[in-house]
Amino acid sequence: MTGHQLAASTSFAEAPATIGGQAGRSTATDENSTSSSRADKEIILSVQNLEVSFKTFGGEVQAIRGVTFDLYKGETLAVVGESGCGKSVTANTIMGLIPQPPGRIRNGQVLFKEKDLTKLSKRALRDIQGVDISMIFQDPMTALNPTLKIGEQLMEGVRTHHKVSKAEARRKAVEMLDLVGISNPEERLGQYPHQFSGGMRQRIVIAIALICEPELLIADEPTTALDVTIQAQILELFAEIQRKTGVAIILITHDLGVVAKIADRIAVMYAGKIIEIGNKREIFYDPQHPYTQGLLNSVPRLDLQEEELQPIDGTPPDLFAPPEGCPFAARCPFAMEVCERVYPASTQLTEQHTVDCWLQDARAKAVFS
Amino acid sequence: MPLYILKRFIMMIVTILIIATLTFVLMRAIPGSPFDEERTSNPTIQANLEKFYKLDQPMPIQYLNYLKSIVTFDYGPSIKKPNESVNTLLSRGFPISFELGIATMIVAVLSGIVLGTFAALRHNGIIDYGAMTFAVIGISIPNFVLATLLIQQVAVNWGWLPPATWSSPKHMILPVIALATGPTAIIARLTRASMLEVLTQDYIKMARAKGLTPFRIVARHALRNALMPVVTIMGTMLAGILTGTFVIEKIFAIPGMGKYFVESINNRDYPVIMGSTVFYSAFLVFMLFVVDILYGFLDPRIKLHKKEGEV
Amino acid sequence: MVAKDPRLTVPDEWFKKKTDDGDQAEAVVRPSLSYWKDAWRRLRKNKLAMSGLVFLILLTFMAIFGPILSPYEVTATDLRSQNLAPSAAHWFGTDEMGRDVFTRTWYGARISLFVGVMAALIDFFIGIIYGGVSGYKGGRTDSIMMRVIEILYGLPHLLVVILLMVVMGPSLTTIIVALTITGWVGMARIVRGQVLQIKNYEFVTASKSFGAQTPRIIRKNLLPNTMGPIIVQMTLTVPSAIFAEAFLSFLGLGIQAPHASWGVMANDALPVILSGDWWRLFFPAFFISITMFAFNVLGDGMQDALDPKLRG
Repeated sequence: MTGHQLAASTSFAEAPATIGGQAGRSTATDENSTSSSRADKEIILSVQNLEVSFKTFGGEVQAIRGVTFDLYKGETLAVVGESGCGKSVTANTIMGLIPQPPGRIRNGQVLFKEKDLTKLSKRALRDIQGVDISMIFQDPMTALNPTLKIGEQLMEGVRTHHKVSKAEARRKAVEMLDLVGISNPEERLGQYPHQFSGGMRQRIVIAIALICEPELLIADEPTTALDVTIQAQILELFAEIQRKTGVAIILITHDLGVVAKIADRIAVMYAGKIIEIGNKREIFYDPQHPYTQGLLNSVPRLDLQEEELQPIDGTPPDLFAPPEGCPFAARCPFAMEVCERVYPASTQLTEQHTVDCWLQDARAKAVFS
Repeated sequence: MPLYILKRFIMMIVTILIIATLTFVLMRAIPGSPFDEERTSNPTIQANLEKFYKLDQPMPIQYLNYLKSIVTFDYGPSIKKPNESVNTLLSRGFPISFELGIATMIVAVLSGIVLGTFAALRHNGIIDYGAMTFAVIGISIPNFVLATLLIQQVAVNWGWLPPATWSSPKHMILPVIALATGPTAIIARLTRASMLEVLTQDYIKMARAKGLTPFRIVARHALRNALMPVVTIMGTMLAGILTGTFVIEKIFAIPGMGKYFVESINNRDYPVIMGSTVFYSAFLVFMLFVVDILYGFLDPRIKLHKKEGEV
Repeated sequence: MVAKDPRLTVPDEWFKKKTDDGDQAEAVVRPSLSYWKDAWRRLRKNKLAMSGLVFLILLTFMAIFGPILSPYEVTATDLRSQNLAPSAAHWFGTDEMGRDVFTRTWYGARISLFVGVMAALIDFFIGIIYGGVSGYKGGRTDSIMMRVIEILYGLPHLLVVILLMVVMGPSLTTIIVALTITGWVGMARIVRGQVLQIKNYEFVTASKSFGAQTPRIIRKNLLPNTMGPIIVQMTLTVPSAIFAEAFLSFLGLGIQAPHASWGVMANDALPVILSGDWWRLFFPAFFISITMFAFNVLGDGMQDALDPKLRG
């Protein structure tokens, strides 16, 4: 078992592991959109060493503690983790929705098209919000204003940003409702949110997010509040929209089923850090971090019936006083002394697969042999 | 929506009926006749008086007559002021009380909402603390205390404004301030609390994610939702203001209905007490009805979602 | 790897399996306080609320002992010492009948506190029974009980109170009865809301499945959880009852002179405010306002302290 974990399996990584990630900015369009050749694509968002904390009654919570990742044009990156691991804070920080105070961006950058979003003025940020980057929220029941007709909620974004006529905005709104699969769009524009079902409302929320044709869509648990059958429909809608518009998606979720369906790459977050990131196959079939392995083992899988579900024991650490070492050490079945003392550096396993774990160290192999 | 209005309407009628009956029963429960104090009158005169005021008839008939008088807005003659009917007193006094009440309501609602909104938008800032300090003081000072203080300081000591009566807009300022401070404070607190709550809602976050201007987010998305709780208390608040007019009218010597009402209570002038109680109650219950309808227009959900059993 | 890699500076002997005693990574366990202790801790931090509480304790003390300490009787008139300004003999001055304002002020405090506390207590008992039954039973019972409340809510409060005062004659009992006859409605609504919210919590279901009886469920599980908002409501009932008493007495419909209540004293002072006898109005007005203020800030503070939503 240990051997399996420690061997940096390369069975799915076609390209040999390259040390020191290259931010290839080639404009050449790749003909097959397999996840393996993403490095050739343009990076549209680059999050560098982001640290965000919140002041609360009990002290300062370090919600995210050094998050780094790149997002390529047109791909879907899933960010997974338990609740409270910082995935929503990451999304809100990118979107510029962290209220300051009590929130504080302690360090790091969010580079979108070479602009650092954390340094922009509120006014400059507004020209990006909803236009270049849009967001979809968890609960469609609360994300729509109950007292405004959905037509107005759809059109106000375009009207604000593109200064188009009302008729033009209306035409666009109808087009969007059509895109997200709502019938009789003309008529529906004059209705209020309570006249729609949950699934329909989420479609409307998606239409609102897409109306200014953004390049990046952040979806924060977009299917969590929905029925299972509706979830599948919404996920299909995401895939379809991405095909049609080429929008890049950051999908925040704790549901690995959702991830399996539509993600190209997966970032696993734990206690405010990305502990492992890689493409879908690498994470699902060759997870390197014990936490990722635990996460996968705690989900029922149809293809591995003989294995029992194994929940991860314990709870995530208190982010008021995060541990110095690896935050997962206290729950980790393979924890060594070093894990509690020093946070491990990243090991690049393949072009895209990176993990923060001491088990990657050569000296660890001796311990578990 | 029509069903909702109908329901509220029935509710209103029932409430008025209850108040009317309660007033009737209570008034009849008082031992003795209103003419008992009139020692000079002999039994014949008393009987005639009671006949004139229909007090000699059996209770059920009296009750029916009474209900009829409510529907026809004819409350009969005053007992203590034989030349005046309750109607003339009401038509003389009520418009003035109404003016005072409405002016107070407008001042309280507008300033309360503005204060509460700014306090919420500058949460934990100086405006917030200032507004909330004002609000808690405003709630704590009884209107009659404030009224007397205003007369003593602003009118008498500084001589800026007239201390009494209701003869020009200038005369209205002090009474309206005295009466409006409490309601302003209540509305400001309520608006602030409700605004703070609304600002944490997902749809506000979504509006921000759309890149809308802060002004549009507050004016178009937050305010309407935040004001709903304010609308719901407006009916009961008006009741408080109208009863408040009694005491304000007394202090500022304003010839409104409050003066006659208090007078009628001290004189045990039953037709006036009954007439004005029922009239006032009916007016207030009607205002509650109006507020409910207004709420129905503000909140589109109510048309469909107000089902049996929901409150 | 890169030179800065921390792995290179890590000594080899750290690479061994974690021993059980090395639990330095265990999260620092923050002391978990009980709900009430936690609320009290937060209330104590609120200076305004605490000064309100201290004032109310002092006021209660003076209401009890003030009239006893004073050499003057509450209703004793002394025609030789009419309208005296505050002095060593009469700390708060005297009124037009030569009555001692100091004594009368503390006597008024008794009335105000008594009315306020009684109104709050009676509201509490009626409200908790009515609201508790309504919320717990649910369904048709709840529907009907709520209709009744809705109608009562529509009644103009003070008008009903005034009407009752006319019928029953002005007295302290009448004031309290009149205030509670309409006042319990708000409490009942709050209790019902709380009960509805908590009714479906798992632990109630759990105790039901163990065969616990309904009254036991209400007493053991529901009540402790609904107490927060109810206590706040009670604290805020007190100042409105104090106001109502003063209001009625001021209109001449409440406590009657020569008995003292802050409302009566303010009413008596009304004709003389233009003559410069400031103390006549000042003391009752000051004490009504400051007492209501104290209850309001205390109520607000308790609301903040008891609201679990604000817990960090």
